[in-house]
Amino acid sequence: MSADRENSGNEAEVRGGKSAVATSPGRLVELYGKMVLVRAFEDACQRAFRQGKIGGYLHVYTGQEAVATGFLEAFRKGDRVITGYRDHAHALLLGCDPGEVMAELFGKRTGLVKGKGGSMHLFDVERGFMGGYGIVGGHIPLGVGIAYALRYEGTDGICQLYLGDGAINNGAFHEAANLAGLWGRDGMCPCFFIVENNQYGMGTSVERATAMTDLAAKFNSYAIGNEKVDGMDLEAVIECAERVAEQVRETGRPYAVEAVTYRIAPHGAADFFEKYRTKEEVEKWRARDPIGILEKKLLERDALDEEKIEEIKDEARQRVSEAVKYADESEEPPMEELYTDVYAGEDEYMGTR
Amino acid sequence: MAETKTYREALREAMVHEMDRDESVVLLGEDIGVYGGTHLITDGLYDQYGPKRVIDTPISENGFTGAAIGMAMMGMRPIVEMMTWNFSFLAADQIIQNAAKVRYFSGGQVKVPLVIRGPNGGGVQLSAQHTHSLESFYGHFPGLKVVAPVTPNDAKGMMLTAIRDDNPVIFLEAGALYGTRGEVEDGDNAVPFGKARVAREGSDVTLIAYGRQVNLCLRAADTLEEEDGVSAEVIDLRSLRPFDEDAIVESVKKTHRAVAVQEQWRWFGVASEVAAIIQDKAFDYLDAPVERVSGAEVPAPYARNLELAAFPSERAVANAARRVLYMEEK
Ligand SMILES: Cc1ncc(C[n+]2csc(CCOP(=O)(O)OP(=O)(O)O)c2C)c(N)n1
Repeated sequence: MSADRENSGNEAEVRGGKSAVATSPGRLVELYGKMVLVRAFEDACQRAFRQGKIGGYLHVYTGQEAVATGFLEAFRKGDRVITGYRDHAHALLLGCDPGEVMAELFGKRTGLVKGKGGSMHLFDVERGFMGGYGIVGGHIPLGVGIAYALRYEGTDGICQLYLGDGAINNGAFHEAANLAGLWGRDGMCPCFFIVENNQYGMGTSVERATAMTDLAAKFNSYAIGNEKVDGMDLEAVIECAERVAEQVRETGRPYAVEAVTYRIAPHGAADFFEKYRTKEEVEKWRARDPIGILEKKLLERDALDEEKIEEIKDEARQRVSEAVKYADESEEPPMEELYTDVYAGEDEYMGTR
Repeated sequence: MAETKTYREALREAMVHEMDRDESVVLLGEDIGVYGGTHLITDGLYDQYGPKRVIDTPISENGFTGAAIGMAMMGMRPIVEMMTWNFSFLAADQIIQNAAKVRYFSGGQVKVPLVIRGPNGGGVQLSAQHTHSLESFYGHFPGLKVVAPVTPNDAKGMMLTAIRDDNPVIFLEAGALYGTRGEVEDGDNAVPFGKARVAREGSDVTLIAYGRQVNLCLRAADTLEEEDGVSAEVIDLRSLRPFDEDAIVESVKKTHRAVAVQEQWRWFGVASEVAAIIQDKAFDYLDAPVERVSGAEVPAPYARNLELAAFPSERAVANAARRVLYMEEK
């Protein structure tokens, strides 16, 4: 997928002036394909989880696809991305091989991180992906440090830092946002905060968890510019992403966007009972499914037809079933891996068992 | 060449040495810059290196420690000052959950070349919330290296090694000894981790310690020599992860008796580990059970007399040595 990105052809269109230009129909169709792939991947994950092939926790991205897809359109080589545990989409959209991602979830040696991280800890430094993290809010200071380092090295890279509406109530967020605001004054913090407000932290809604529910406005306290975007509307997200990324890149100052979205799937694959929200509510948001919205738009503009849609969906399902097959057929990590990667350097492991 | 310098100067010298050599080395911490550092370790460095390399942080340990981890993952070499290690509890999530583990859960894709340094332990009447010895707390976590130099020469040499290390290093300074002097080698005197130091040679009993308790053991050894004609060997562990098991085992094979000393509480402490290693690897050489001398199991009191009673004393160490020599009843 990284090859796709290089050939995407939309750079010329967008880079012309300061203001973002609408994404071409061809590119939107490609992005539609990516969102469909993410959805198919997550559906397959849930099936595999129920089959017992995926262990531990599994948090899927269903319903939020337009957020990462749109913001990562602004990703340029040299940028970095960091997020929480709901990280499959970010990895796939950055170009990680679906087979390797699935193999990681299956705990195989061919996994993205050799079977040592699982669903919550996908990582691909070469592609700029600085990882998924399992402690709510814990990765936020890291992202701010990563942004500082990018400037310190003298590059024009930026760090896209994704966090949930739940993470925003954690102390680490407030400490990190303050640092970002401070360091940004000297142009030393090109950190692009992306709050994925999917309305819930596990089973607790924003209203029940957050005293002041305007999440974008929280950044005002830290002198960080901010806005909201409809996270279900891919085009709106892309417009926002391109404009903000450029500004952050230019100024070295942080900026925050609250993407209003919805997690259609349960919080985790093991949560079968949803006492905290009604079927009606989920149905209401389903009607705003970002894939459905985009599909409708593209049909209206004649950029897609039913046949093409089926083709795209088939292709996604095909790629995902190959990924599952690859993961299934891969071996488990060798026992030696238990003790590697604890320490960098010759003394790879120096503890006792 | 060697000159006598304070522990504090030795630390600063090491940081200056590395900052001059390597642009990726930066400092972060509360009041380390304009103010000059609460303990004056970083005094003058702000003027020398500027605000982008000597970064004054707000009082937010979790935030700036996490940011430093992010920097380290990008190839920078940050040195974080904990104003005292007591405050690191606020940053424990970052240190334990991220610094120690990210290399592993990324399948080896990142390194975290980070030093976190600051004064450890007590002894200056700071009472309960400002007196902690964190060696076994951090020593518990694979992925971290934990060192505790006590001489100025080691302070410099081990700091050089810490900064060059590609792993997160918990650098526990002998806070109560910042002003103490000792010979410090000029230039690059890097001291490798995982090698204990024989601080005093002896043949009758081995006293094993680290940090400021080493000095206590040296004084106890003098007392034992003068009062009882006992020859005590003193081992300064210097580095707790990695840990020099061989040095302890070698010494015990020679002396057949051992006392492990720690400022921290006895339960689950380093001294327990030392005792276990000895019984594991030198059981047949032992002539007496290993003794542990530890801090009293109470939060640190303020009053001078109580505080003194809460920490191991020279007398307690000497008496423990006498017990393992069967010169005194248990
Ligand atoms: C510090 C911490 N507390 C609790 C948890 C358990 N937990 C996992 S996910 C989650 C909800 C987080 O919500 P949010 O940040 O909004 O992300 P979302 O799941 O909505 O993507 C909680 C409470 C955790 N992982 N870390």
